[in-house]
Amino acid sequence: MSTLTEATSATASAEAAPGREWRPPSYWPFVIPALVVVLAIIVFPWLFTIWMSFNEWKVGSPTTFVGLANYVRLPNDPRFVEAVGHTVVYTALSVLLPVILGTFAAVVFHARFPFRGILRAIFIMPMMATPVAIALVWTMMFHPQLGVLNYLLSLVGIGPQLWVFHPATVIPSLVLVETWQWTPLVMLIVLGGIAALPTEPYESAQIDGAGIWQMFRYITLPLILPFVFIAAMIRTIDAVKSFDIIFAITQGGPGSASETINVYLYSVAFVYYDLGYGSAIAVIFFALIIVLAAVLLYLRQRTLWTEIGPGA
Amino acid sequence: MKDHRISRRAVLAGSAAAGAYVLTGIPARAEVNWKKYAGTRLEVILAKGPRGDNLQKYIKEFTALTGIEVESEQIPEQQQRQKAVIELASGKPSFDVIHLSYHVQKRQFEKGGWLADMTPYMKDPTMTAPDLVESDFSAAGLQYAKNDKGQMLSLPWSVDYFILYYNKELFAKKGVAVPKTLDEMAAAAEKLTDAKDGTFGFVGRGLRNANMTLWTNFFLNYGGEFLDGKGNILTDGPEAIEATKLYQRLLTKVAPPGVAGFNWMESMASFTQGRSAMWIDGVGWAPPLEDPNASRIVGKVGYTVVPAGPKGQYSATYGDGIGIAAASKNKEAAYLLCQWAVSKAQGARLLQAGGGVPFRNSILNDEEIRKGVKMPAEWLQSVIDSAKISKLGLPVIIPVAEFRDLVGAGVTATLSGADPATELKKAHEQFRPILERSEKA
Repeated sequence: MSTLTEATSATASAEAAPGREWRPPSYWPFVIPALVVVLAIIVFPWLFTIWMSFNEWKVGSPTTFVGLANYVRLPNDPRFVEAVGHTVVYTALSVLLPVILGTFAAVVFHARFPFRGILRAIFIMPMMATPVAIALVWTMMFHPQLGVLNYLLSLVGIGPQLWVFHPATVIPSLVLVETWQWTPLVMLIVLGGIAALPTEPYESAQIDGAGIWQMFRYITLPLILPFVFIAAMIRTIDAVKSFDIIFAITQGGPGSASETINVYLYSVAFVYYDLGYGSAIAVIFFALIIVLAAVLLYLRQRTLWTEIGPGA
Repeated sequence: MKDHRISRRAVLAGSAAAGAYVLTGIPARAEVNWKKYAGTRLEVILAKGPRGDNLQKYIKEFTALTGIEVESEQIPEQQQRQKAVIELASGKPSFDVIHLSYHVQKRQFEKGGWLADMTPYMKDPTMTAPDLVESDFSAAGLQYAKNDKGQMLSLPWSVDYFILYYNKELFAKKGVAVPKTLDEMAAAAEKLTDAKDGTFGFVGRGLRNANMTLWTNFFLNYGGEFLDGKGNILTDGPEAIEATKLYQRLLTKVAPPGVAGFNWMESMASFTQGRSAMWIDGVGWAPPLEDPNASRIVGKVGYTVVPAGPKGQYSATYGDGIGIAAASKNKEAAYLLCQWAVSKAQGARLLQAGGGVPFRNSILNDEEIRKGVKMPAEWLQSVIDSAKISKLGLPVIIPVAEFRDLVGAGVTATLSGADPATELKKAHEQFRPILERSEKA
């Protein structure tokens, strides 16, 4: 065994380019378990999904190779096209609102005031709740006849709204739930950033006569921007793949007014058992997420550069 | 508790009688050999709900009777359907006995050949109790359980008729009579609606997919048929358009705001709070309506059959059954369990608790069992009357889910003002190729 290892390492080192980092093959056995796991649960399912997307594959029927036919179906499928639109709107709103409100909340909770600790704890409570459970509670709160939301509106003289029960208001209403649940997360991340800020710039700004807004706009905001970006990234990934809240409250309805790619994908693959077409949607969805992640990473790099400043 | 004692006594009496036959040496008829498969272990996959509860609660009695051990799990309906289909398609299901939803899965299971044929077992007097005969099941039950070759692929377990629930107090306040026809119902709903007061005449499912179970009641009563002789779908014809017009009129003019997004849960909430005067839905909701903790209208609920349409009077019927996986190695033992699940004793318990309605006429017509029913007498009467006018509420095809989604979306769209004929035509054109593909494959 040892001679064999030495022999291989000798040939390998002979072949290795000079200066390149070299790992002796004796480490390989330790890498193999991780490699096997990654191949088995990440790489293989992906390749298999891509393979499935080239087939007409319905549970209970024989499969036939159809090439790109499933992909050709996508742009001609009005439900899919609509679902892409819904996903974009839903994601944009449920990133923007929590990020803006969460940043604002972080600034507020950074200030010192009585009962701050208790109020902070209360503020982050929604984050701890199970999405499906709160979704069911919100469903009843949204009820146009019996829901508490319409009752509250009636107290201030606003007429009853239809919330998730009307195609025009369903996505904003779902975003309301999403915002309620995830603003605390943004707040926590940004609060951590604010707490780490140096105090000197504020002191000199005060001497220069800067107001509260100016201090926020020109000192706090640029300095916490990297944290806001991390929060936005986490939110984006969560919002794009959001499923539980939408499915539990509306199942994509009324009609298909709140059907996102994820919800439609679920229907195609696990309700219609059309695995081939479902796989094609999954592949496209995956590609979209990769692109989105790349854009976000690029933007984050840019904020880092501006933070360090030109010439760094 | 009392009911259980009676049924247990009945079982004992049965066994005693069997023993007496043996002792007296009168070999007149073969008896069921319940213990023949003692020691077998069965796996059962159940959909979560009162049927599953009823089976699990009394399963010890089955084990005591047969010596067969049963492992069962209840999974929420949607997930149970998915799990079962994926496992059956793999050819190696982890279960022997399956609880299936006829209105969604019948055709799919037949086409897949996933269920074992029970016909030979039913004919074997050493395996089937004499009271379990095909003719005891209602017509809808047999239609669901048999394939086109006449083989029994499952035993019909529990039926879901759609009935009309109405609020007697609101009816009395407005002096409205219980409607006998759909036209009368629409007129009554208009009288009962008082938008200022927040009460409405009618409530029902508006949500895509779920709404089809309500819509088909109108469709059938307007003379609609789902399929023609060649298996083409017929949901864009004049009957469908008329039915959709009624649906649109009811749900936009006399139903609570937001009904387009209502499933049964939101509809029931509106009804139990006394905010809607009529509700058409499955017969199984009586227990929550009569539960003082969940309902404000206990004792005020009227139960009756779905009103007649111009072309007939039908109650849209759905149901579930219990069958044996074709790949199971314990089919005989599994059959004994299926038989026990639909037995008179188990069916009586289900009916008496309001958890389901057995497909077996001998249970519904049994005076003793009827006396033990905890729900109002009117409810039981609506069940019995619905059984007489029962008609399958969904087409027997493979892509039921796509059908419900596509036509359902069209029907929901009419609630925001879309034209019924246009929407139905659109849904029809989207659905037809899917259906054709499913039958070709």
